[in-house]
Amino acid sequence: MPIDVYIYDAIRTPRGRGKPDGALHEVTPVKLAAGLLKTLKKRNHLKSQDIDALLMGCVSPVGDQGADIAKAAALLAGWNPSVPGIQINCFCASGLEAVNLGAMRIASGADHLVVAGGVESMSRLPLGSDGGALTYDPTITMPHKIIPQGVSADLIATIDGYTRDDVDQYALRSQHCAANAIQNNYFEKSIIPVYDDNHCLILDHDEHPRPDTSLAKLKALKPSFANLGKLGFDEVAICRYPDLEKIHHVHTAGNSSGIVDGAGVILLGDKSTGEKLKVKPRAKIIASALIGSDPTIMLAGPAAVTKKVLEKAKMSLEQIDLFEVNEAFSSVILRYLKELKIPLEKVNVNGGAIALGHPVGASGAILLGTLLDELERRELRYGLCTLCAASGMAVATIIERVSK
Amino acid sequence: MTGIRYTKDSDDIVTLQFDLHGTVNKIDLVFIEEFSKVIDQLEKEGNSLKGVIITSAKNSFIAGADLKAILSLTKKMASDFLYMITLFKSLIRRLEKLSVPVVAAINGSAIGGGVEIALACHHRIAIDSQAIQLGLPEITFGLLPGGGGTVRLIHLLGVEKALPYILSGTLLTPTEARKKGIIDELASDHNDLLQKSKTWILNNPHALQPWDMPDHKIPGGNIRNPNIVQWMIATTASIPKKSCGSNIAIQEILNVATQTLSINFESALRVESRSLVTLSMSQETKNKINTLFIQLNDINGGMSRPKSIPHSAVQKIGILGAGMMGRGIAVACAKKGINVILKDINRSTAHAGKEAIEKYLENDHHKADILSRIYPTEDAHDLKDCDLIIEAVFENVDIKAKVTKEAETYLGLNGIFATNTSTLPISLLSHSIQKPENYIGIHFFSPADKMRLIEIIVGKKTSKETLAKAFDFSRQINKTPIIINDSRGFFTSRVFGTFLDEGAQLLEEGVNPVKIEHAARLAGMPIGPLAISDELSQKLIIEIAETNAQLDNKMGKATAMNGEASYRVAKLLVDKYHRSGKAFDGGFYEYPEKGKKYLWPELKKLYGTTQKTLSTKEIQDRLLFRQALEAVRCYDEGVLNSVAEANVGSIFGIGFPSCTGGILQYINAYGLDDFYARALELTKLYGDRFSPPALLKSMASKGKVFE
Repeated sequence: MPIDVYIYDAIRTPRGRGKPDGALHEVTPVKLAAGLLKTLKKRNHLKSQDIDALLMGCVSPVGDQGADIAKAAALLAGWNPSVPGIQINCFCASGLEAVNLGAMRIASGADHLVVAGGVESMSRLPLGSDGGALTYDPTITMPHKIIPQGVSADLIATIDGYTRDDVDQYALRSQHCAANAIQNNYFEKSIIPVYDDNHCLILDHDEHPRPDTSLAKLKALKPSFANLGKLGFDEVAICRYPDLEKIHHVHTAGNSSGIVDGAGVILLGDKSTGEKLKVKPRAKIIASALIGSDPTIMLAGPAAVTKKVLEKAKMSLEQIDLFEVNEAFSSVILRYLKELKIPLEKVNVNGGAIALGHPVGASGAILLGTLLDELERRELRYGLCTLCAASGMAVATIIERVSK
Repeated sequence: MTGIRYTKDSDDIVTLQFDLHGTVNKIDLVFIEEFSKVIDQLEKEGNSLKGVIITSAKNSFIAGADLKAILSLTKKMASDFLYMITLFKSLIRRLEKLSVPVVAAINGSAIGGGVEIALACHHRIAIDSQAIQLGLPEITFGLLPGGGGTVRLIHLLGVEKALPYILSGTLLTPTEARKKGIIDELASDHNDLLQKSKTWILNNPHALQPWDMPDHKIPGGNIRNPNIVQWMIATTASIPKKSCGSNIAIQEILNVATQTLSINFESALRVESRSLVTLSMSQETKNKINTLFIQLNDINGGMSRPKSIPHSAVQKIGILGAGMMGRGIAVACAKKGINVILKDINRSTAHAGKEAIEKYLENDHHKADILSRIYPTEDAHDLKDCDLIIEAVFENVDIKAKVTKEAETYLGLNGIFATNTSTLPISLLSHSIQKPENYIGIHFFSPADKMRLIEIIVGKKTSKETLAKAFDFSRQINKTPIIINDSRGFFTSRVFGTFLDEGAQLLEEGVNPVKIEHAARLAGMPIGPLAISDELSQKLIIEIAETNAQLDNKMGKATAMNGEASYRVAKLLVDKYHRSGKAFDGGFYEYPEKGKKYLWPELKKLYGTTQKTLSTKEIQDRLLFRQALEAVRCYDEGVLNSVAEANVGSIFGIGFPSCTGGILQYINAYGLDDFYARALELTKLYGDRFSPPALLKSMASKGKVFE
């Protein structure tokens, strides 16, 4: 990049169950985001007028999340009105792409200090709340064979031959890794508890993990997308992949990402601004990439975007010490491991969205923060974060830890 | 003894009769504890329970929360308080989910929490009595219905019907409440109430709250309905116009409403609880509870009324002068069943007075009844046997003396004589009366039938009996009397005069008049100093200043009228520009026949074309400090007897911002040290009128507050 971009801080809210009985349902998404903005400003001793831009990913930007939630959050956080807010939507890539775009604003010399991340209250705005041509306009969905994501995940499993046991095994691993990380307080310094206006606690831990789950319990769950397949989407998928006899519906609520409410933000800046503000750089952004791929299989982009970002960084796969690959569905990870031949020990070492949940617009920023925390804990150098996204897009970012 | 009587009848219906310690069933910790046991017991009944009736053994149903307890809450207690609210709400939630019908048998007034409990019942029946008041007045004290009332009322009626009711805090009679859909049924008496409750239970064995039904939708729609969004936006926009100054309760209520329209019932209840905690912790709310609840009740309860004097009531009242003030007093009295003799100088003016009243009452349901009690006359003989005569003629010592002398002879045996003067010293006016011990000032505020405050002015010779009678009369017509010791301008007029004067000062200094007016309103004054000067009229302002100067002379005190900016500016307007006030050809404002008033365009040029720039905060401090300092002087000089009367009087009498909790509480909340320092600063910048009385310094140094 023309100008080096550093990560100075990365924080996130705990993830609340994304249902009306979830702890964060009562918190407006703008308040969820604003809480983080306040903390970020406070713990880095920032003056908000020094922040050039706030970029927030959000996938259902309607209702409570509509009308540019980034700007709304900046105002609610009490930030100076001079800070502009930009809401970004490229589905599950939003949170990380917000960071990447923020980094580009700095790399180009246009900005010096940027806050980027994302927010999603899925309990308030379930996926699909914003409608959209990609979901129901037949002039797009029919020729492009657009199918629901879950059916796409089952399509990957069918093509690659992952059995129900394979995907459940991976889900169990996610739960175990997450439980281990939580037990050992690996997330503690980055999870900012959510309080009400009177400093009464609303939530201070991730609500979604089920550390007591077992293979037997996972096995007992019903496939989530068989009915959608039966409705006709299996046939639509086969139109695109005519080699297949049928689609095996292996994904369940237990081996798919959890529906949760949450937010995450990252403080980005150039070197001199960091020095001026007396904040220590934690990592350097090496490269980023955003791609599109076949919209029917939809979720197979992470491998391709990984290759592209490595090429941009002029790096090899072996140089990457840790990977955070969004656990949209078990098959997405299994495909990634298989295609790139990466050892499992390097991937999602503290669990992922299957255990912890996937607040769609926020996940990219949350994963990048998780990756950075773990690079620091293990004193490793390079980390790569990637997410698949609807319509076949995928995003990736490589960071390098700044050794202290 | 348990405070909630639990009786089960042969139909397996349990009646809960609330009879907690104290005069009313107040919701406090004891209440919650007792209620919790009762709910446990009801749940244990299982299949042998067919229904529940909730009623009270007292004259009233169930009152609200213990407001005094809220005053003592500190920020550290936020989570404990939240826990208590949550506990209370979980109890009434369990009540409405018992899966048997629950009926609120409302036998008396239900205020705040009482209504909230009723809303958690499946059916509400009230005795149809004018004496019963039902309502959610929380906003009056800077609170919101936080016991589930805001959320339930929105789910019950829809936001468009529920919110205006919650935002106004009005108390309704059972008939009115039924019209609004808050009450389902009316009963003629206590037996009928219980009979109807049982009948409803037996006819509705599977009662379920609307919000617990699977296909429940909020009437009128939720936040996903574009019309509702528009309505909410418009409601939010209309608030600053209606509520001057800060009012965080409104913002919290609107927030809870928005969230109720956005999220599920249980989560909305939690948001509502958190808002109640937020408001309970705020200074503004504490100010309001302190003044508008505790101090107001103390005053109305007779805190300053001489003790040991028997209670009295007025049957017949004489009012001298059928002008606007006299007519207003007549209406206020006749409304409360007092017979009124409305006397003026001749027959036609007296009758014109009554006709004006008739026109004024055009839309009043009780018009005929009120008018039948008002008798216009020019004949002083008609004043015979009046218990009270109030003189409400022109503010002129000689005219007042003349009419007083004439009327006094007709006063009943134990009657008292009052003047409605707003500025003239009672002791001076009493020179013309034979029995000065029976003479007192009863100062009404205009419009007299609407304004809640009365200033009772005690002259040097006024007896305790006379004072007690004037107090009882004020309460008889449902007004709040503050008792003031005689001095020129008393309390309210004197303080209010400083507000007008500071407005004129700012104008003279070349501050943009638009900004003066807006700064005053943003600070919470109901109307700007220039607009209210016009209402009084520049002519009257001059007259008052001149009368005051004469009076001061009589009392051996030299006053330079020119020392007051309000006088100088009024003189200039009247003498040079013939602008004598709204009632004449305009004052600071122009009053076009059609359309809204606007500031006289020349006004900006009157004091130089270079505008002086002062921050809004500076203007507001000047306008409020002048008044507050004058109130301290009144207190210091003994014109005022109590802090409570200063606070309540300032809010009800001169519109001092209610969010401050009144004029002396404003100083408390500002901090006496800080207030004193700021007053010194203002003195240095703007002159001696801001010079703080020594009392402030000594109080500040001792860490005392006005209480």
